[in-house]
Amino acid sequence: MQKFLVRRFFISIITVLIVSVIIFIMSRAAGDPRAMLLDDYSTMEDWDRMGAALGLDKPYYQQYGIFIKDALKGEFGQSIKQGRPAMHIVIERLPATLQLAAASFALSLLIGVPLGILAAVKRGTMIDLFGRGVALVGQSAPPFWLGIMLMFFFSVHLGWVPPFGRDDPKGIILPAITLGWFYAAANLRLIRSAMLDVLDSEYIKLARAKGVSSQSVIVKHALRNAIIPALTFAGVTLGALVTGSLVVETVFAWPGLGKLAVDALFALDYAVLQAVVIVFTLLYVAASFTVDVLYAFIDPRIRYT
Amino acid sequence: MANQDFADVLVAGRPRLISLPGVWRAIRTWPIIPVFLLSLVVISGVAAPWIAPHDPDRGILQERNLPPFWSGDETTFKTVAETVGLEVQGKFIALRLARQIDPQAAVGDSIEVVIRPAGSTKYLLGTDQLGRDLLSRVIYGARISLIVALITLVVGGVIGVTLGLMAGWYGGWTDEIIMRLVDVMLSLPLILVALVLVVALGQSFSVIVTVLCLFIWPRFARQVRGEVLTLKTKDYVALAKVSGASTPRILLIHIFPGTINTLIVVATLQVGIVILLESVLSFLGAGVPPPTAAWGSMVADGRDRLAGFWWIATFPGLAIMLTVMSLNLFGDWLRDKLDPRLRQMR
Repeated sequence: MQKFLVRRFFISIITVLIVSVIIFIMSRAAGDPRAMLLDDYSTMEDWDRMGAALGLDKPYYQQYGIFIKDALKGEFGQSIKQGRPAMHIVIERLPATLQLAAASFALSLLIGVPLGILAAVKRGTMIDLFGRGVALVGQSAPPFWLGIMLMFFFSVHLGWVPPFGRDDPKGIILPAITLGWFYAAANLRLIRSAMLDVLDSEYIKLARAKGVSSQSVIVKHALRNAIIPALTFAGVTLGALVTGSLVVETVFAWPGLGKLAVDALFALDYAVLQAVVIVFTLLYVAASFTVDVLYAFIDPRIRYT
Repeated sequence: MANQDFADVLVAGRPRLISLPGVWRAIRTWPIIPVFLLSLVVISGVAAPWIAPHDPDRGILQERNLPPFWSGDETTFKTVAETVGLEVQGKFIALRLARQIDPQAAVGDSIEVVIRPAGSTKYLLGTDQLGRDLLSRVIYGARISLIVALITLVVGGVIGVTLGLMAGWYGGWTDEIIMRLVDVMLSLPLILVALVLVVALGQSFSVIVTVLCLFIWPRFARQVRGEVLTLKTKDYVALAKVSGASTPRILLIHIFPGTINTLIVVATLQVGIVILLESVLSFLGAGVPPPTAAWGSMVADGRDRLAGFWWIATFPGLAIMLTVMSLNLFGDWLRDKLDPRLRQMR
């Protein structure tokens, strides 16, 4: 178990390092900041002096070291758009993203799990067909398009919910559905196929033969085993939800990290972009690390693969 | 008499070639609809220049924002007035213009005015904000999606399969390094990395394909490695080794064919995800650069004009959804046929 933990932790560190290298290369490929900071009357000496002050005269590996040191302190420089430290802006936006992720996560479980169980228990009926339809749409529709269509129908056409923003509490409904649908679909499929396998097994037949009530068989005997794959997946989605917010927040103008990242990208606000990417990566890596560890506790077979 | 009854039963029971329950059963057992839709996409992609009724990138501004052919005129009632200021144009109409519609119009009348012309069969799915034919753009969009998916699949697939074969065959350190790399790749937040790369390297076709290859190879590598681990214990592999076959030969001729079934299934299911990812990148403005018609960027184009011109965003998105849906259904069917062991995947 310890070996597994160490190895898994090691992978997480490497992932973060790779992302940091990509960001570093990006910031250097984007051009020399001196070209923007110095005016037309500067001399060659000014150029060199500024280079020394910013650490640009050192070789790249040393520059990377400085970059990492600053990053560890949470210093990514000033946002050129807002003139404030990039990290402050990122921290401000974090709650909105977490709120949306939590709502979608809850929704994906609330829809996916019961519908998956029903679809398996009532296999071949209209409920099953409906459940599979929901899953198919969720897995096939591009999230941005789904969001736009939901917005068109429920906000523009029916006027039930605000089309964008976070001011109205009802505003979270459509983004959460858009983001949650894909994962609800995945949960539904996983639960359904796991339930079908379990319901077919010997011990369920035995329980039924003993005269255990149908409800009790489903809840006590079948569901307990069927829920394991869905639980793992639920954890994996926690990380993926963060990335999914990039698209959904852009569509619904939700003031979270995802929208911030896309805005910074098009404003060429590198400081903010670097900070967002690092925070996103940390969230993502932390989520998948936690899940893997949790799962290794639940199911010992995992540790040896 | 009894014989007669029997004959009647026989006649009545003769199966008809096409019956409703029969068609339903066929649709449920064979992936008829998905395969039909997929062939439509492939034909559109391959033969786009010959099928598309118009140039996808050149628009006629006078004919912009036209609705699909089945929608009629959109009209509204306006009050006729002597003169109309710019700010009240929505409610009033000048007498001179009203007379052109109805010669009897007088000041104060309410008159029905066409504010958006009906669609025509010249543009079956309507036109976008630059007067470009939507149908032609959707057809050319299939081409972009197909090319991206194909290159990604071939390049990513070859890299993934090669590394997977090596990891499974050599084991030990080779396996360790390759599989850790796979783990790292799978835990990268991909869309984010793609956006950053696009900023650093500029928006281009090759950047997209590179990013998608990075996404897809670990999935192939992991699957193939698992297959190799079971295949390499087989007797015929040991026999080949004894008879002096070289390692590349064993891998290519004895091991690789055993993984093909799995590969086909993985590929079909991953293509859908690749197409979805490409459309997400295009939508965010980090995909294939404009004005090339990519489905994702077409949806982005129509996004701000949803209220008046719903068709611009709807049809390209529908194309993505139907394509991915068909791939998923076809992949599921293929998996059940070729490789039932994979049923728990995804």
